[in-house]
Amino acid sequence: MSAAESTVAYGRAREAQRPHDAPALPRLLAGVQADGPMTLAGHLSVHGPLPPVRGGRGRRAREHAEELIDEIERAGLLGRGGAAFPAATKMRAVAARRGRSIVVANGSEGEPASAKDRTLLELAPHLVLDGAVAAAEAVGAGEAVVCLCDSDGVGARSVARALAERHEHASAGHGPELKVRAVPQHYVAGQESALANFLSGGPSKPTFTPPRPFEQGVKRRPTLVANVETLAHLALIARHGAPWFRQLGTPTQPGSTLATLSGPVAEPGVYEIELGASLSSLVGAAGGIASGVRGALIGGYSGTWIGREWLTGVALSSEHLAAHGATLGAGVVALLSEHACPVAEVARLARWMAGQSVRQCGPCIHGLDALAVAVAELAAGRGEKHAVRRIEYLASLTARRGACGHPDGVVNMVLSGLETFEPDFAEHARHGHCERCSRAPELPLPDRPVDRPVRDRSAS
Amino acid sequence: MSHRVRVNPIACEAHGMCAELLPERITLDEWGYPVIDDRPVEGWELDHARRAARACPTFALLVERERAGRQR
Repeated sequence: MSAAESTVAYGRAREAQRPHDAPALPRLLAGVQADGPMTLAGHLSVHGPLPPVRGGRGRRAREHAEELIDEIERAGLLGRGGAAFPAATKMRAVAARRGRSIVVANGSEGEPASAKDRTLLELAPHLVLDGAVAAAEAVGAGEAVVCLCDSDGVGARSVARALAERHEHASAGHGPELKVRAVPQHYVAGQESALANFLSGGPSKPTFTPPRPFEQGVKRRPTLVANVETLAHLALIARHGAPWFRQLGTPTQPGSTLATLSGPVAEPGVYEIELGASLSSLVGAAGGIASGVRGALIGGYSGTWIGREWLTGVALSSEHLAAHGATLGAGVVALLSEHACPVAEVARLARWMAGQSVRQCGPCIHGLDALAVAVAELAAGRGEKHAVRRIEYLASLTARRGACGHPDGVVNMVLSGLETFEPDFAEHARHGHCERCSRAPELPLPDRPVDRPVRDRSAS
Repeated sequence: MSHRVRVNPIACEAHGMCAELLPERITLDEWGYPVIDDRPVEGWELDHARRAARACPTFALLVERERAGRQR
């Protein structure tokens, strides 16, 4: 498959206005302009109106709602927030609960190497809002809250403008009440129980589960927490159906997905790709490698390192990535250049991730800190004789012992880094810091954010 | 019906009572937090587990009836 077929930069989206039923990219980014959000009129002309979900009243309405959930199930839509959980299963769990349920559109995006949620909220807010409306109607919720990161002022303005447009054109705004909330910027803020806790008036920290949000979420109401990209796909499935959705992707991971590509490529940014597309095609769409690549961190900072020797053969779907112990996670593909020291990068991420613990659970507070210290000492050549064994021991002591998956993710990132860059770690253990250790860090952190792809590439 | 011992890691403050009262199932890590062998507990062990749960100063130790299936 060529780069042009499998991957589309949203700047090129303008060229690709095809009939709704064609198996073409882009889908989510169809019609978007790189220089600003799609208006309601533009949105309606590209996608058409959202079909009403709850036709009729009472039992009839419920049946219509169940039909949409069935369609989502047939489409095989998996959550795009990182866990790839089946969207229909979550929706059915919420729909089956008694009480006033609520939908949370999760665009908090605490992952420093990801920009896809904020890009979607900024450029195609109406698609996300359509998805929130459809999901709310499907599970019988009277309310949907769009959550953005409080550092995302552009997204907040875009969503606010989109809501105002819908208010003016009441026809497009049928259904549930839509609200917007800004959530604090930190890594765990988007974890679903942390989000429900925050929206209930509590701190932005995970809670002990069960009860999970679908049972007792925002203010103890049954709560559907869904990633904003998941909802945008849902809005398109509601329009075009499951067979259309499955025209792209793999049998177990159908559809397209947004990916954030960073590192030594000509044009880093957010791309819409077919699930299962090769990494090479994504890199090709980004103008190719600008310099040599050392490896890639796939999925996010809780993700998995893959060495350069494997990168050319990698396909971007979790079923293919499983062979490397990786998942696509939140669609992060962070390439590390050959100029970087992978040991220094792993040590720096381990330290930052340890600092992102919300400090509720002992094993996370102490385990991640000890892990970051052990990795830093190894990187400096100050480790004990059995430093690697100590890191592995700390990893086993830390994983699966928190209320949320944060410690597990850090452990995964560190252990896969240790394995992928084994010769480099051995070298550092013997000789300490290398020349490359003092280079400027490559992988993005909030003080040095990931490149936002606001450039028009249709002319290139 | 089988039971399992679980800790609420948010509530746990590493008092360590559980490891005193249920040493056959609980050891403490280097920071004093419980590491739990979570195979099902039965019979006299279940009594010990319940006693340990009652003794926890922060009620962080839980003896739970096994749930049929996990769902999100």
